[in-house]
Amino acid sequence: MLLAICWLLPWVLCARLAGSQESPYFVTYDHYLEEPGNLEVEYFSTFGTQGTGNDFHAYWIEFEYGVKAWYTTELYLDGQTTFGDSTIFTGFRWESRIRPLQREHFLNPVLYFEYEQISEADKILKEVEGHDVAQDHAAPDALTRQTVNHELEFKLILSKTFNGWNIAINPLATKSLLPSVPWEFGYATGVSRPLALKASAQSCNLCRENFIAGLEMYGGLGDTQNPGLHDTSHYLAPVVAWNVPSGWTLRLSPGFGLNDSSHRLLLRWGVSHEFAGFGDAVGRLFGRRP
Amino acid sequence: MKDHGTCAGWRILFSSAALLLVLAANVLLGFTQSRNNAVAQTDAAPRHSYAELEKVPESARGGRNPLESDPTAAAAGGKLYQHYCAVCHGNTADGGRKGPSLRAPEVRAATPGMLFWILTNGVVRRGMPVWSRIPEPQRWQIVSYLKSLD
Repeated sequence: MLLAICWLLPWVLCARLAGSQESPYFVTYDHYLEEPGNLEVEYFSTFGTQGTGNDFHAYWIEFEYGVKAWYTTELYLDGQTTFGDSTIFTGFRWESRIRPLQREHFLNPVLYFEYEQISEADKILKEVEGHDVAQDHAAPDALTRQTVNHELEFKLILSKTFNGWNIAINPLATKSLLPSVPWEFGYATGVSRPLALKASAQSCNLCRENFIAGLEMYGGLGDTQNPGLHDTSHYLAPVVAWNVPSGWTLRLSPGFGLNDSSHRLLLRWGVSHEFAGFGDAVGRLFGRRP
Repeated sequence: MKDHGTCAGWRILFSSAALLLVLAANVLLGFTQSRNNAVAQTDAAPRHSYAELEKVPESARGGRNPLESDPTAAAAGGKLYQHYCAVCHGNTADGGRKGPSLRAPEVRAATPGMLFWILTNGVVRRGMPVWSRIPEPQRWQIVSYLKSLD
């Protein structure tokens, strides 16, 4: 890890800080991709209460890079601490988002593909699918970490921004690479809006236009063997993001379980920083003339 | 880590290596594109970079800037420009490695509606993202700033 940091640090220092109006969502995706050549480094936490078993603090770090204006890729590294149990690394995910249409339309689709190699001890709840329920997280880490799942996940991201309001809907399907495991389904949906639509002429950190508030809802929809809403969990979560002009974004979201199969509380927070021109900085390392 | 510490350590090391490989591959892919763009900016930027303005639909060209008479619009737009646009088009809008100059005659001749449309829809194939995530009044503020440039 130290080696990785040593490699990345000069690139990061050479890159320019960028401001961007980041979405406040934790689970839902809108149709906006990372700007080409920019790298966004994000850290997110989820504190979850557990009815049976110990509460937990799960976290992930995310590296999001804009390869093209129509293609963004991300790498996630997940971990978690279960209180009274252990702290463990739970796996990684690699996702790609592709924008098939060149212009804005009434509804803007983005295709999402992800490969994940995560153990059953993973608790970040980046998405909820199939018959995921809170009781799944009650087993000791020593047991759950022994099973590592290899899964492919597909999402259709549909999103629209109108009069400052963003509305996003993400149906999802997940398939384990084990043939015996059925397809699992889920959803995430969100709505958000900046607190002010016009920008002030002065530079300011606490201007209303720097804050975006919204609401998201997500949950499982069963699987191909047992379709339906029985034994599924669902969450409703207010979200707020503060886009600081220096390029930092802070996010906060208290999520509430909507049924007995859900965690009662999922408190999420996150911090991210965008580095513009990261690709160019790396290019210069490979000898490209400025 | 209480259990399997060594195993977890290897996983972290493996993941870090994977991260570096993935980033390197993607950055190089993007690098190739931006090098091509840079060549294009140097050799042929003047004409083909502005061709997108001609593709703006007729219905959008006549769009009037609702903030035309707002005396603070250009100043606010300048702030937004530095925030969102300067990294590609340069701090003074004279053009950068990726984006063409926004002080060119083609841009000065464009109507506010055309600039607003380009800002909203981007030029995705040429590397300019859609900026509809910026609220509409702020996009008009950026247009006000661009029209205020000499």
